[in-house]
Amino acid sequence: MTEQSDILIKIRDLSFFREARPIFDGVNLDIPRGKITGIMGPSGTGKTTLLRLIGGQLRPNTGTVEVDGRNIPTLSRDQLYHVRERMGMLFQSAALFTDIDVFENVAFPLREHTDLSDSMIHDLVLMKLEAVGLRGARRLMPHELSGGMARRVALARAIALDPDFIMYDEPFAGQDPIAMGILVKLIRLLNDALNMTSIIVSHDIDETLGVADYVYVIANNKVIGHGTPDAIRADESPRVKQFIRGLPDGLVPFHYPAEPLEDDFL
Amino acid sequence: MIRSLQRFGHAGLSVCAKFGWAGLFLVSALVGRPNVVLGFKLLVKQLYSVGVFSLIIIVVSGLFIGMVLGLQGYSILVDFGAESALGTMVSLTLLRELGPVVAALLFAGRAGSALTAEIGLMKATEQLSSLEMMGVDPLRRIIAPRFWAGQISLPILAIIFSVVAIYGSYMVGVQWLGVSEGAFWGNMRAAVDFREDTLNGIIKSVVFGAVITWIAVYQGYVAEPTSEGIGRATTRTVVHSSLAILGLDFLLTAVMFGEV
Repeated sequence: MTEQSDILIKIRDLSFFREARPIFDGVNLDIPRGKITGIMGPSGTGKTTLLRLIGGQLRPNTGTVEVDGRNIPTLSRDQLYHVRERMGMLFQSAALFTDIDVFENVAFPLREHTDLSDSMIHDLVLMKLEAVGLRGARRLMPHELSGGMARRVALARAIALDPDFIMYDEPFAGQDPIAMGILVKLIRLLNDALNMTSIIVSHDIDETLGVADYVYVIANNKVIGHGTPDAIRADESPRVKQFIRGLPDGLVPFHYPAEPLEDDFL
Repeated sequence: MIRSLQRFGHAGLSVCAKFGWAGLFLVSALVGRPNVVLGFKLLVKQLYSVGVFSLIIIVVSGLFIGMVLGLQGYSILVDFGAESALGTMVSLTLLRELGPVVAALLFAGRAGSALTAEIGLMKATEQLSSLEMMGVDPLRRIIAPRFWAGQISLPILAIIFSVVAIYGSYMVGVQWLGVSEGAFWGNMRAAVDFREDTLNGIIKSVVFGAVITWIAVYQGYVAEPTSEGIGRATTRTVVHSSLAILGLDFLLTAVMFGEV
């Protein structure tokens, strides 16, 4: 296998601005095929924005976002929708359709994109639900699920079409320790069993470093560090160290930029 | 002076841009290869929630408005000894104006606001984004069936409104106040012209249906995805729709009946 085909997603010189505010400024990233890549960084650094750029929901100001050799920002609307059938995405809010039950939520992409018979869809949906441990919850409505269960149903839906890669947006946020443990196990299991590529965007350091094969740390509009989880843990650069060890003050300042203190009080 | 002119120009351009966006939004939702089987299923579901759920408010309001028209009409006409013209007055008022306009105002309040809130919440809970990421165009899947459902429902609801209201005025005028039944129906039949009155009323409600659902789905789609943003969008739907209905009603009336 050549080096190029080992990289599923290649991001080069990516710049993205929200109005005049830079979110990314010259970011380079490689997401290796078949691996779990963690993208970590403090809140508000644009991690979710990065996933939306990969999914083509946002267009970068400059730079390329290549998914399997196709530059996403240059694709037409139809091509983009076609490429998205090969992507899975787990949203932070699970984003289940609230007017249909768990079974129909998982069946949704199958009904939209395939001509499979009802009995085949039934079997596939139950297999996906079994994989996330919720076969018994198939007739529940989304409002009857706990946060962790909703995220697992969303995961079953995201893998319904056996995508090439799956993007997890803050999968561990707001989860209890058991749900978090289940998700960590599922992410690894599904990645390996389905031969997928996974991208986890998160600021939960222990869980992400525990499950990822390779990690990027983003802050101040740039990639400030990358490497294997062990290399990131041992990284001595001040920014990465502050984030990984959770130090309240450092190069990422405790105070939001403000006028000098005297100007406000004197 | 120059500043205020500049601000005025900016505001004008921004309104034009919004109209342009809203137009493009609707065209992208409606133009394209239709999936007949799926589209029909989605349409029926939306017809149920947009149309059937609006039925009660339309029927009850229609009945009361008809009864009030019967009562007021009788008390005015009886002074001139012309209470036999009650049927004519009530039917023309309802078919030409009150039916389409009041049904549209009620529809904007009941179904338009619900559409905006539903789509806005789908946006806030990332359901629209998740559709996009599944390779399903939310404009075609979510917006188009809701638009067509509103477009089909309102003319039917307006007809039902007028029919119920005419029956309400019949109850009050004929059965309670004693207007001759033959005069009530006979004069109505003689005065109402299908093309001039009934069809023009239906055309009005077709236009109102398009405008209300367009405003409602657009406001939901562009709503700021916060609770405050959805609240504001829902209010905008009701206010903009109501003003659009009343403004357009004047224009349509001027075109349809202006020469008389």
